[in-house]
Amino acid sequence: MNYASWLFLGVFLTFAASWVALVFIPNEQLKGLQSQRDEITGELHPAPFSGEEERGMRVYVANGCVYCHSQQVRGGDWNADLERGWGSRRSHPKDYIYDVPQQLGTMRTGPDLSNIGVRQPSAEWHYRHLYDPEITSPGSNMPPHPFLFEKRKITGARAPDALKLEGEWAVEQGWEVVPKPGARDLVKYLQRLDQSYEIED
Amino acid sequence: MSSIESTSPGGAAVLVRPATPEPPPPEIVSERARIDESCAVPCLVWFASSLFWLLVATVFGLVASLKLHIPGMHAEQAWLTFGRIRPVHLNLVAYGWGAMAAIGVMLWLMARLSRVPLRWPAALVFAAGFWNLGLLLGTIAILAGDSQGIEWLEFPTYVAFLLFVGFAITAVWALMTFAQRRVEHVYVSQWYMFGALFWFPWLYATVQVLLLLVPVKGVPQAAINWWFGHNVLGLWFTPIGLATAYYLIPKVIGRPIYSYYLSIMGFWTLAAFYNWAGIHHLISGPVPAWLVTVSTVGSMMMIIPVATVAVNHHMTMRGSFHLLRYSPTLRFVVFGSMAYTIVSLQGAFMALRVYNEPFHFTHHTIGHAHLGVYAFFTMIMFGAIYYIVPRLTGREWASSRLIKIHFWTTAVGITLMFLVLSIGGMIQGFEMNQASASLGSLMDEHGFFGGVYEFFGGFEVQNGAVPFLDIVAGTIPWLVLRSLTGVLILVGHVAFVILVVRNVHAWGKQRRGGPTLFHELPATATPALATTTATTTQTPAGGEERA
Ligand code: HEC
Ligand code: HEM
Ligand code: HEM
Repeated sequence: MNYASWLFLGVFLTFAASWVALVFIPNEQLKGLQSQRDEITGELHPAPFSGEEERGMRVYVANGCVYCHSQQVRGGDWNADLERGWGSRRSHPKDYIYDVPQQLGTMRTGPDLSNIGVRQPSAEWHYRHLYDPEITSPGSNMPPHPFLFEKRKITGARAPDALKLEGEWAVEQGWEVVPKPGARDLVKYLQRLDQSYEIED
Repeated sequence: MSSIESTSPGGAAVLVRPATPEPPPPEIVSERARIDESCAVPCLVWFASSLFWLLVATVFGLVASLKLHIPGMHAEQAWLTFGRIRPVHLNLVAYGWGAMAAIGVMLWLMARLSRVPLRWPAALVFAAGFWNLGLLLGTIAILAGDSQGIEWLEFPTYVAFLLFVGFAITAVWALMTFAQRRVEHVYVSQWYMFGALFWFPWLYATVQVLLLLVPVKGVPQAAINWWFGHNVLGLWFTPIGLATAYYLIPKVIGRPIYSYYLSIMGFWTLAAFYNWAGIHHLISGPVPAWLVTVSTVGSMMMIIPVATVAVNHHMTMRGSFHLLRYSPTLRFVVFGSMAYTIVSLQGAFMALRVYNEPFHFTHHTIGHAHLGVYAFFTMIMFGAIYYIVPRLTGREWASSRLIKIHFWTTAVGITLMFLVLSIGGMIQGFEMNQASASLGSLMDEHGFFGGVYEFFGGFEVQNGAVPFLDIVAGTIPWLVLRSLTGVLILVGHVAFVILVVRNVHAWGKQRRGGPTLFHELPATATPALATTTATTTQTPAGGEERA
């Protein structure tokens, strides 16, 4: 064999080895995971996505929440994920079987969201926070997302989910700010983020 | 000889010590001229495109950076929201600037080292068209909210297809050139490029299929994501950066590479270990523990190739460091090579749990990222473009002052950016994890220095005690400083683009008489002979073993 063939073989084999180990085997090991049914409530953990949640996840992806928010509670001795109340246990591969694309994330400019559905169940809070984080969290550098909302003239009664805006955010008399469908779906998705069930191995 | 000579075609500086051999025979000179001529159009097209995307990407990076401390800026515009600007920045620096510059450099290096002109250069221009179209559509897609949501892979699949076609054409061309090589010996740069040409399509095809076309479920996606994310750095950008350094350092200083054996060892250990390291992006996360352990070991093993390359380059440079005063190419490339050593050693330790867990999710990682992709890879690409373009256009660089501006703004800018992000990220990490009080609150209580002392000196572990908004507040000053360093870097990029545009279009006053150096070589200096590649031998200074 000439030099180039050896080069090719070496380059191929070293790479193939890691492909098998890091791509092929993990998938084989984990692809059989299934959700578990709670004996008392009969609920599935984790539950498959509803249509709204699915669309909400697309909004989450489209606006790049993952670049500031992780969705994983770590184990290990040198971090404070549990002490911060970001979860009651370490995250498990089972928690993610329905997540495509996975949004585990690599950055915590903002807090971990694995369990935001437990920590912050209120849709109303989420709407105001998404509209402008300064309302609920002064000093936050999370971007406001006013484009997920619509400011419109009140016709008839005030919409039930119109935002309660006060102070510098208040809108003119006769106007209201309501979430667009995207914001509603997004909040449904956030409310779904819940890893508080026990994992049975 | 004691003065600078530039024997065309288009010479920039090669500084050779006086004891170097005779100028090569005329047939070699004309052969190189023919090779450069065949490369001129395609390489300039790839370089020009890469520089266009560099400017666009820098602006996006800067806007993203500003938005982290002025979150309300243009917040009503969905397409300008941080979560869209940031992936555009990343994809454009990686696939726009980085990959296009790398391909331009690689085509030229391959032709020169194989001693054959590029055939059918028009096809390579065509390939650049595919690539540019892909980048344009991909950018629009992300801004419009059609991101795939996977880091480093946000472009939609149709864009991946366009990039793939563009890549396939250039890879086939480069490999054909390699196959027709007229030199028996395969130089170390060619090994690295050969590896990169083979690894990248495999990587990219795997992730496109397993993550986007028929996606696997759950956390294996994350494993595959970071297997790709790390390998695209380690098996695409890194080998091309190293190939370039291996070529240019000996070439410019006119001495062979210190050790052939270290070169071999460095290459094969890189090939053996780098591809195992990817899962260090998921340390302590919800993936099987053995995966992380394997990657941590792989990361540590990387110290071998890194140290090997560092020793090899250092020993080659020994005795020639004074030339950094003169040659722009050399200065950029040596800066990049030193950064390679630093970033990789840092990376190996970042893969240890004790270092990773506190800082993983902070700006500390972003500092490492810019040290790698910018201080190492980008700086070497700058150096290469300074070396190659004059040979393609037949013109020297118009202004040594602009080169100085470019070097100092980027070198100082990236160094400061790295420091700011590393320190700011470290504080952020401590506050998020172990600190009992935030630096800010301690400063309020004990004054500036007292606060710093209390924070670092009186360190008391109390996990998760600092309120999150205090952590956020603590990062803001560092983020402001990062934006300032970004402005500095942007200035450097503008200077560089002006230089290239003036060179390619022959605009403005042209320099005559010799390569553009930072300083005129003193008439009595030892490294006195300055020539173009046209007068040095083929493999850098004629061989690889120690002369
Ligand atoms: C620039 C970074 C950034 C981006 C992008 C971002 N956030 Fe945030 N987020 C933060 C920060 C910082 C906080 C903490 C302060 C606060 O509550 O606003 C936060 C807090 C939150 C919280 C409250 C968490 C808690 O524990 O109380 C939620 C929910 C949230 N973000 C959701 C989102 C969603 C959904 C998106 C995408 C549409 C998003 N964020 C995009 C930075 C970001
Ligand atoms: C062998 C050497 C190296 C090792 C062991 C290493 C290790 C690491 C580790 C552990 C991380 C993850 C940090 C975290 O998220 O907590 C990381 C991230 C990163 N590294 Fe390295 N590194 C090495 C060399 C390089 C080089 C040479 C480059 C540039 C070409 C580079 C560029 C990056 C980038 C861009 C990231 C961020 C990826 C992301 O989150 O998007 N690294 N590295
Ligand atoms: C004007 C100069 C630049 C500025 C202001 C800038 C700013 C930024 C910002 C704000 C981010 C996002 C960080 C976050 O999520 O918190 C980022 C990420 C990144 N930038 Fe830059 N950037 C600049 C230049 C460059 C250049 C020239 C390159 C490389 C060629 C580069 C490579 C990257 C990479 C690889 C990431 C992803 C890091 C990660 O995922 O961890 N940047 N940059």
